[in-house]
Amino acid sequence: MKEEIIIAGFGGQGVLSMGKILAYSGIMQGQEVTWMPSYGPEMRGGTANVTVILSDKKISSPLLGKFDTAIILNQQSMDKFENSVKPGGLLIYDPNGITRHPVRKDISIYSIDAVNISVELGESKAYNMVVMGAFLKLKPVVEYENVIKGLKKSIPPRHHSLIPLNEKAIKAGMEKLVKIV
Amino acid sequence: MAEKILMKGNEAIAHAAIRCGCDGYFGYPITPQSEVMETLMSEKPWETTGMVVLQAESETSSINMLYGGASCGKRVMTSSSSPGISLMCEGLSYLAGAELPCLVVNVVRGGPGLGTIQPGQGDYFQSVKGGGHGDYKMVVLAPASAQDMYDFVDLGFELAFKYRNPALILSDGIIGQMMEKVELRPMKPRMSDSEIREKNPWATTGKTPDRKQNVHTSLALDATMHEKLNNTLQSKYRQIEANEVRYEATMCEDADYVIVAYGCMSRICENTVELAREEGIKLGLLRPVTLYPFPTKYIQGLASQAKFIMSVELSAGQMVEDIRLAVNGKIPVGFYGRLGGIVPSPEEVLAAFKEQIKNLK
Repeated sequence: MKEEIIIAGFGGQGVLSMGKILAYSGIMQGQEVTWMPSYGPEMRGGTANVTVILSDKKISSPLLGKFDTAIILNQQSMDKFENSVKPGGLLIYDPNGITRHPVRKDISIYSIDAVNISVELGESKAYNMVVMGAFLKLKPVVEYENVIKGLKKSIPPRHHSLIPLNEKAIKAGMEKLVKIV
Repeated sequence: MAEKILMKGNEAIAHAAIRCGCDGYFGYPITPQSEVMETLMSEKPWETTGMVVLQAESETSSINMLYGGASCGKRVMTSSSSPGISLMCEGLSYLAGAELPCLVVNVVRGGPGLGTIQPGQGDYFQSVKGGGHGDYKMVVLAPASAQDMYDFVDLGFELAFKYRNPALILSDGIIGQMMEKVELRPMKPRMSDSEIREKNPWATTGKTPDRKQNVHTSLALDATMHEKLNNTLQSKYRQIEANEVRYEATMCEDADYVIVAYGCMSRICENTVELAREEGIKLGLLRPVTLYPFPTKYIQGLASQAKFIMSVELSAGQMVEDIRLAVNGKIPVGFYGRLGGIVPSPEEVLAAFKEQIKNLK
């Protein structure tokens, strides 16, 4: 198993922390992982992205030109990464703020309205876990129990009271994604 | 088996320092390595191992604090990124001249000048050819993973003390910022004062009646004395060259072509080699782990087996000069590099490689 993922959106959407939780979930499952962020001014509000690789074998390059899955959370990232999905790969996006929807026909495309789903859950900060749920539904590369273990590893103990909410968000994401192509 | 923790290369440096008996860290923040001091400050090792962590007022100050700590026989280190290391070069030359051991970490960004905070490998010359003035060398280790970042801290100290010479970890923004699994090695205690007196009899631990003063200086105004000092340094460097070359060769046994790359680029080129092999191209990868001493002999061997060697760097072509010296005209040597913090993908490296072998006769 090898899954190469790019997660891209605005700084503040939880792009990097979603990647970190995914990577930690991989470790809990005994996989090799790399987590490579864009770093610098992005963290202060521009676009941010992270490349996460999960694999049963040793990982060579932590940076890639082509991905199995692209998780796209803003228009700039759609423009930049739609064409970086391998043929037959997967693109998941949040349609909020998207003015030019993806056009490729050779990949699977799903949308997840994570903004509204997280607001309905009563916690907009659970946004990234809704997206994570959508991804895990389509690509169950890590088992659910390891995702929860990964969450516990990534979130500082003082915030562990939020884990049930995060679980709810993941489940909502799994249920509410919409197939486009 | 020990638990494996997901952490950045920079964080690994900090945890390794605490766990390998480091006595003091002196540094000044700069992207992309600020997590080193951030992690040290949040771990508060002064409450556990007694390790000192100090934010100096500048890089010039940090490196001279190292001179003081190293003179006392302590395991002292600093970390910075390119522009900060430039400020430290004077101090590094003094440390090398006075034969003092210390560890310096450079998480390289793009230059020259303030440049960019994105990754670069343009500090190769500065690291292996000097940087500071005079005929000196540092042991230069090039990590390619977060685990290497962790492991090279202890290794760097060991080599620094073995040869009483500064050691440098030449990393880059990718290896510093990337998170990977890291296994924490068993805790190694700091040396006690009496252990330091015993193991480092040269250290300034307080004069006792049975020995002369220990003086650490790089100043020798008498020409004969100064030449002697230099000859001592040079014979030490020859020993380092004979004993400490480290490298990793991947699929080089049957290779028609070899890419040479270190640090982050060795990771990317590993993928390039996989892609090439899938197409039936016999490409191998040589990753120098020590940049000084350089794996010259191994490259000489490759030159009598392969048809073409290509250096891939995030620079305008620096390590390629040492490869050319090793190959000595026997086979063509190519170069592919990107600048400005742009990191090529494995596919781009493969395309550049194919373009260059097309031009071979």
